[in-house]
Amino acid sequence: MPEKSASNLVAEPLSPPKIRSPRRPAGTLYRGNEGMWSWVLHRITGVAIYFFLLVHILDTALVRVSPEAYNAVIDTYKTPIMGLGEIALVAAIGFHALNGLRIILIDFWAFGAKHQRVLFWIVIAIWLVLLAGFIPRQLMHVFGG
Amino acid sequence: MSLIEAPRTPTRGRRTGGINWEKWGWIYMRASGVVLIVLIFGHLFVNLVAGEGVKAIDFAFVGGKLADPFWIVWDGLMLWLALLHGANGMRTLVNDYAINPKVRKVLLIGIAASTAILIILGTLVITTFDPCPAGANPALLPSFCEAL
Ligand code: HEM
Ligand code: HEM
Repeated sequence: MPEKSASNLVAEPLSPPKIRSPRRPAGTLYRGNEGMWSWVLHRITGVAIYFFLLVHILDTALVRVSPEAYNAVIDTYKTPIMGLGEIALVAAIGFHALNGLRIILIDFWAFGAKHQRVLFWIVIAIWLVLLAGFIPRQLMHVFGG
Repeated sequence: MSLIEAPRTPTRGRRTGGINWEKWGWIYMRASGVVLIVLIFGHLFVNLVAGEGVKAIDFAFVGGKLADPFWIVWDGLMLWLALLHGANGMRTLVNDYAINPKVRKVLLIGIAASTAILIILGTLVITTFDPCPAGANPALLPSFCEAL
C-alpha cells in the first residue's frame, strides 16, 4: 500500500521548492510580533499599577491618622529613588492607557483590527512624546533646587 | 483527561440564560479604561507635574484639595473605577495562570476581600476627612484652618 500511494510523489520537481523550514519555531501573524509583545507589556504594566494602587490607598489613608504620620510617609515619595520610581510608574500607566485605547479600537473598529501593528507603533510614538515631556519636568522637581 | 480536547467537543456547562457577567466585565474594562484615562492623567498632572510637583504634597496639600467636593468626587470615582478595573484584570490573570483549583480559589477570594476592604477604607478616608483636626500642630494644616 505505501509504495502505491507514494508513487506519484517521488518524482523530482523541476525547480526546487522555495519554502525552507525555519531554523527556530516561526512566529505567526500574532506570536513573537507586535500583537504578542503589546499584550505582554499590557499585562505586566497592569499588575504593576495594581500593586502600586493597593499601597497608595493605604498611604493616603494616613491622612485620617495624623498630619505627622501622613507627612512622614509622603516625604519618602520625594527622595531621588522614589522620584525615579515615579517615572517608571508614569511610563507604565502611560503605556497601559495608550495600549488600552489601542485594544478598544481593535475591538470596535474593523480598521483597528486590520492595522493593529501600525497602531502599536503609534502607541509607542505617543508614549515617547509623553515621556519626553514628563521626564525632564520630574527630574527638575526631584533633583532641582 | 488530556490537556487539549478533541475538536468539536461540546462546551460543558453552557449558560442557559441569566446575566452574562463575563460580557459585562469585558465591557466594564473598556468603559472604565476610557474614563480612567481622564481621571488618572488629571490626578498625575495636578500632583506630579503642576507647580512644585511631588515636593508640594503634604497634609495641608491634601486638606486643600479635599475641602473641595470636586476633588472628593474625582478621587472617589478614580478609587472605585481603578480598583475594580485592576481587580477584575487580576482575576483574569489568576484564571490564566493558577492551574491548581484550590490555589485559584484562594487567590480569587483574596482579590475580592482586599478589593472590598480597600474600597470601603478609601471611600471613608475621602468622605470623613477632617482638614483641621483638633489639637494638631497648626503649622502642618491648610491655611484656612486659622480662620476657624
Ligand atoms: C506618583 C504618583 C502619584 C502621586 C504623587 C499621588 C498622590 C496622591 C495624593 C496626594 C492623594 C491624596 C488626595 C488627592 O491629592 O487627590 C492621592 C489619592 C489617590 N490617588 Fe494618587 N498619586 C499618584 C498616582 C496615582 C495613580 C497612578 C493612581 C491610580 C491608579 C492613583 C489613585 C489615587 C486614588 C484612588 C486616590 C484616593 C485614595 C482614597 O480614596 O483614599 N494615584 N494620590
Ligand atoms: C489609564 C486608563 C486605563 C485603560 C485605558 C485601561 C485599559 C484596559 C483594557 C482595555 C483592558 C482589557 C484587556 C483585555 O480585555 O484584553 C485592561 C486590562 C487590565 N488593566 Fe487596565 N486600563 C487602565 C488603567 C488600569 C489601572 C489603573 C490598573 C490597575 C489598578 C489596570 C490594570 C489592568 C489589569 C491588571 C488588566 C488585565 C490584563 C490582562 O488581562 O492581560 N488598568 N486595561
